[in-house]
Amino acid sequence: MEIAVCLKRVPDTAEADVKVDATGKDIVRDKLASTINEADNYALEEALLAKEKHSANVTLVSVGSQPSEEVLRMGMAKGATAAARIDDAGLGGSDSIALAGVLAAWFKGKSFDLIVCGAIASDDGNSQVGPALAELLGLPHAAYVTKLDIQAGKVVVKRELEGGFLDVKELALPCVVTIQTGGNTPRYASIMGIKRAGAKAIEQAASVKPDSRTQLVRVYVPQVVSAAQMFEGTTDEKATKLATLLKEKGAV
Amino acid sequence: MSSILVLVEHRQGAIRDVTFEMLTAARKLAAPAGGKVEAVLFGDGCDAMLPGLQSQADRVVYAAGPAFKDFNYESYQKALVKLVAERKPSAVLIANSAFGTDLGPSLAVALNAGLVSDAVAFTKADSGFSVSRGMYAGKLVADWSVGSEPAVIMVRQSNFKPEPASLSGEVVRWEAGDVVSGGKTKFLSLEEVPTTGIDITKATIVVGIGRGIKEAKNMPLVQEFAKEIGAVLAASRPVVDAGWLPKEVQVGSSGKTIKPKLYIALGISGAFQHIAGMKGADTIIAVNKDPKAPIFSVAHYGIVDDLHKVIPVLRTKIKELAS
Repeated sequence: MEIAVCLKRVPDTAEADVKVDATGKDIVRDKLASTINEADNYALEEALLAKEKHSANVTLVSVGSQPSEEVLRMGMAKGATAAARIDDAGLGGSDSIALAGVLAAWFKGKSFDLIVCGAIASDDGNSQVGPALAELLGLPHAAYVTKLDIQAGKVVVKRELEGGFLDVKELALPCVVTIQTGGNTPRYASIMGIKRAGAKAIEQAASVKPDSRTQLVRVYVPQVVSAAQMFEGTTDEKATKLATLLKEKGAV
Repeated sequence: MSSILVLVEHRQGAIRDVTFEMLTAARKLAAPAGGKVEAVLFGDGCDAMLPGLQSQADRVVYAAGPAFKDFNYESYQKALVKLVAERKPSAVLIANSAFGTDLGPSLAVALNAGLVSDAVAFTKADSGFSVSRGMYAGKLVADWSVGSEPAVIMVRQSNFKPEPASLSGEVVRWEAGDVVSGGKTKFLSLEEVPTTGIDITKATIVVGIGRGIKEAKNMPLVQEFAKEIGAVLAASRPVVDAGWLPKEVQVGSSGKTIKPKLYIALGISGAFQHIAGMKGADTIIAVNKDPKAPIFSVAHYGIVDDLHKVIPVLRTKIKELAS
């Protein structure tokens, strides 16, 4: 069985102050650490679990500049079989469906039984690449999968719906699934794995010309309209005011 | 502008709120440009939903049949491709939901249309639409331009406020044709994640913890604090993903929606998915070290500080007050 995982390297902004750069279309990245997109890490884990259970090969693919190879090496250190990087030269400003097109061009002519993506990108907040890629390749797909069960010629997935419901579906293989966070526990790479991965070759691929139907105009920091009464002062002063408020509200 | 199609999202016989949010937004978009709003309902035996939609739309397109008994993106997509070819709308609005995400991107590819997901605002531009959406978990907003029609816009849930309307849209019963043949996916069942322990929807005081808790070893601090103020402990997604609290206490669009008397958000930045689940609380207190955290946009009281510093002091102050 051949499994592919699409990985994206993203700036780690969960706890960072995000600033807009001079172009007004991107963020200032030089002070930010980078990491694997959170949902992609769960997608990778799902593929590695399948590799162990079904003795599959797992191939990683990422669209990005040279530093994206960090996430590919990390994925190989965890146990992926091979990796490819599609260079992102000329892809600035492309929308998600255009990026799905770039991936689809790489996938054409290759034969994978299962393509796994993260359900959502932590940077742009999009959840489009997986389902769009599937459509471009003529494959069925399922988004927001938290449980994946590979059977003969098909997969049974549980998709996370709003309000604590799961949508249980069956998809014919080959197919594309996008993995939601929380369905598994992503492993850490071992020291041995990291050593081995360092020596492995990464396929270098060029991108096809992107075809974006939408254009990014600008990015900006939203005005947080806060009506909140802010407690100021030292930690002690703030805690005192909060304790008084909690007493008023009947929590003390 | 021609028409705006709004795909009705429904589940287990009930129209989901996001549908009315989209219809409201669509009316505001269409009215100044002389466009019409058409609600599109695919379902099996959903006639009872029609009156509620007729008052909200200029027209209700209803395709009924067993093919639409359960949500399946393949049948929805085939039907929408056919409908778009017939109706030539300016835009198609779909919920940025789990159903919508299964459908929107592949539909846009099939239509060769521009797509913007997670839209929080949109206006008609000279050609096409201008659409705003969040990035970096709400820390930034991005404006996108969709130059061609139809634009496919996936609309964020719990973002637009649904408003009543008194239209009387005609119901057009429409034949979607064969939307089943060649399908490669099959609906099996809908499962509910069981609530086995605490039901956070019934609690009066809820302490919600988020990514700011940082490590599992910090959990006892907030557990003790919650106990002392008679609160139940809930969480945003990262804490549940990490396995520190069970799924049944997750607050947000993919977890529970709660309306306690008091909600205390500790180390929760306030991603829109979380805010959707707790903004109905009577009083919201937020503690977060990032002054720009979106949680402060819905909080009534706020403290900019590290929860790990505030909570120990707060517990001492509470003990003093209580004695």
